[in-house]
Amino acid sequence: MTTTASTRVIRDYDRSLWRRIIVNREFAIIALLVLVVIVATVSIRGFAQPITVNYLLLDVAPILLIALPMTLVMITGEIDLSVGSMVGLASVVTGVLTEAGAPFEVAALAALTVGVVGGAFNGFLVTVVGLPSLAVTIGTLALFRGLAVGLLGTTAVTDFPETWTALAKAKIAGTTIPYIVIPFLILLAVFAVVLHFTPFGRGIYAIGLSKDAARFSGVDVERTKFILFVLSGVVAAFAGIFYTLRFGSARGDNATGLELQVIAAVVLGGVSVFGGRGHLHGVVAAVLLIGVLGSGLRLAGVTSDVINIITGGLLIFSVVAASVLAWAQRLRSKAGPPFRVAASPAP
Amino acid sequence: MTFARKRVAGFAAVAVAAALVLTGCADTGSGSGDAGSGSGDGGGSDNLSITFLPKNLGNPYFDTSSEGGKTAVDEFGGTFAEVGPAEATPDAQVSYINTATQQAVGALVVSANDPKAICDALNEARDAGVKVVTFDSDTNPECRDVFINQADSEGIAKVQVDQVAEQIGGAGEIAVLSASANATNQNAWIELMKEYVASEYPDITIVETVYGDDDDQTSFDKTAALLQSHPELKGIISPTTVGIAAAARYLSTSDYKGQVALTGLGTPNQMREYVEDGTVTSFALWNPADLGYLSAFAAKALVEGEITGEEGDTFEAGELGEYTVGADGVVLLGDPFVFDADNIGEFDF
Repeated sequence: MTTTASTRVIRDYDRSLWRRIIVNREFAIIALLVLVVIVATVSIRGFAQPITVNYLLLDVAPILLIALPMTLVMITGEIDLSVGSMVGLASVVTGVLTEAGAPFEVAALAALTVGVVGGAFNGFLVTVVGLPSLAVTIGTLALFRGLAVGLLGTTAVTDFPETWTALAKAKIAGTTIPYIVIPFLILLAVFAVVLHFTPFGRGIYAIGLSKDAARFSGVDVERTKFILFVLSGVVAAFAGIFYTLRFGSARGDNATGLELQVIAAVVLGGVSVFGGRGHLHGVVAAVLLIGVLGSGLRLAGVTSDVINIITGGLLIFSVVAASVLAWAQRLRSKAGPPFRVAASPAP
Repeated sequence: MTFARKRVAGFAAVAVAAALVLTGCADTGSGSGDAGSGSGDGGGSDNLSITFLPKNLGNPYFDTSSEGGKTAVDEFGGTFAEVGPAEATPDAQVSYINTATQQAVGALVVSANDPKAICDALNEARDAGVKVVTFDSDTNPECRDVFINQADSEGIAKVQVDQVAEQIGGAGEIAVLSASANATNQNAWIELMKEYVASEYPDITIVETVYGDDDDQTSFDKTAALLQSHPELKGIISPTTVGIAAAARYLSTSDYKGQVALTGLGTPNQMREYVEDGTVTSFALWNPADLGYLSAFAAKALVEGEITGEEGDTFEAGELGEYTVGADGVVLLGDPFVFDADNIGEFDF
């Protein structure tokens, strides 16, 4: 395996399994997810029933979807804060066009187009103009939300074709798993293959580790980032269409604050905010972990502010723990090359 | 190499975790719940666990209604719970409705953030045996069992006209300060007020209706303009909480204080200082505590099978007495509640 990250490969094979689990963010999150599911199943009344899976997956579906491109964006060291507003904007575009009499398929296609355009706009400002993505996407967060609320005002469009709204909530025959899981799994496979088995994916890691080094080794940094922002926009738009159908309601304020939930999950899943590190399986596990925590705690009668405190605390703890472990690692391998401090156990 | 192996292991672990999550859905998963476990005739007999789901938490109006609900639930010996989102959006309410479905509560008492968006979730709850009462803000009628309506349009129109008439001695010019020109409910009330004035108070004329757009400053300016352009004006009705507060603020510092009567729909916390300083004699709304109290008793009556939401069903609501279900499963709380200097101290919303 010749990755550009090979300089930082942790020599996993000379550690015992438990150390590997403790040190490796992804494993820790997956283990925690399994633990929380077991504890909730045993101790929370009403959790261990089929419908829980349905509600849980429907609730986290938009976050799961958007977390995929967000993981790639953040591995390059960038961020996209406009995704929550894009969900709202796509929702409103779908609603307004449907209300104006367009067939739903056309409205949905228009919403996806808006996603592409919005993503390209972010990408253009970041790569061509060269602005920092944090500033750009804070701007487009406000811009897209403003457009969404401006287009619909304070009203809601609630008249969508029954076939489509039913499909958004439909369960796969014989289970309680909603159909939205299928497009998610397809996207997950595509993103995983791209990230881990293509030169484009290796370029993503390379950019996050060192933009200049990536450039010297022939990675088209600007093109890569541009494509990722477009993907981020279009997946957010897709999530927006799903959101609209699930609630049967297009509103300008739909999914307000969703971007922070996505980014929290991505960071919890082991992606370094400095770039260069992270895996999709950790992120997927983190989204499910946050979902299970929320669902279980709500069932246990915990109020939403306490749930926020718990998930926030978990996030802080995981980041701090990772940093502490990385620091301990560096101390032990006294002669480690001077890496920039990243939330990863560097050699 | 190790990297690849680790990755495969990672995916495998996710798969295992997913499998674990999904084990619950392979079997019939009766769960370890009691609470009637949703079997049999609509959630078991007399499952008096009643969950209130207001539009949002931390809102004094709904704090008051939930207090009323809790009082009622304590009276008939049920279990009271209040849940809700921080933001008044329908999507945030859905997960709480889902949770109540999982918990198999006896009844859910909801103030809807959207008449349609939470419909499917409510109907899923009903399929699972949960009784659904809406209050304050209704959903589409097919998504709930009964709606507890705080006031009907006729009652709202009548109480405001009666108050202003009493304060100006039954004769003279009055004006209306409304919200926006296309606010459906405001327009319906104003239309009924005009009819009621014409039939009951022939000596009163409504000279103008102005619109403050439910904006504090605009309403304030419109009040000033109204008094400029109608020197003979004796009273103002503002059927909007924003408008009445702005008009009261203008009047309280002007020469018209005590000369021009002001009434309408307001909340005690907004209007307290203006009632105490004599700018406003009385205003109307409804008592949210009574609304919550009645909603809880309606939920109890549904759970116990005393009512089904059919027109003509009757049930007892503790101190409030007997109520009858009207058309479309609507129960009317009663006449609006009039707040004045004597009772305003008892309220905090």
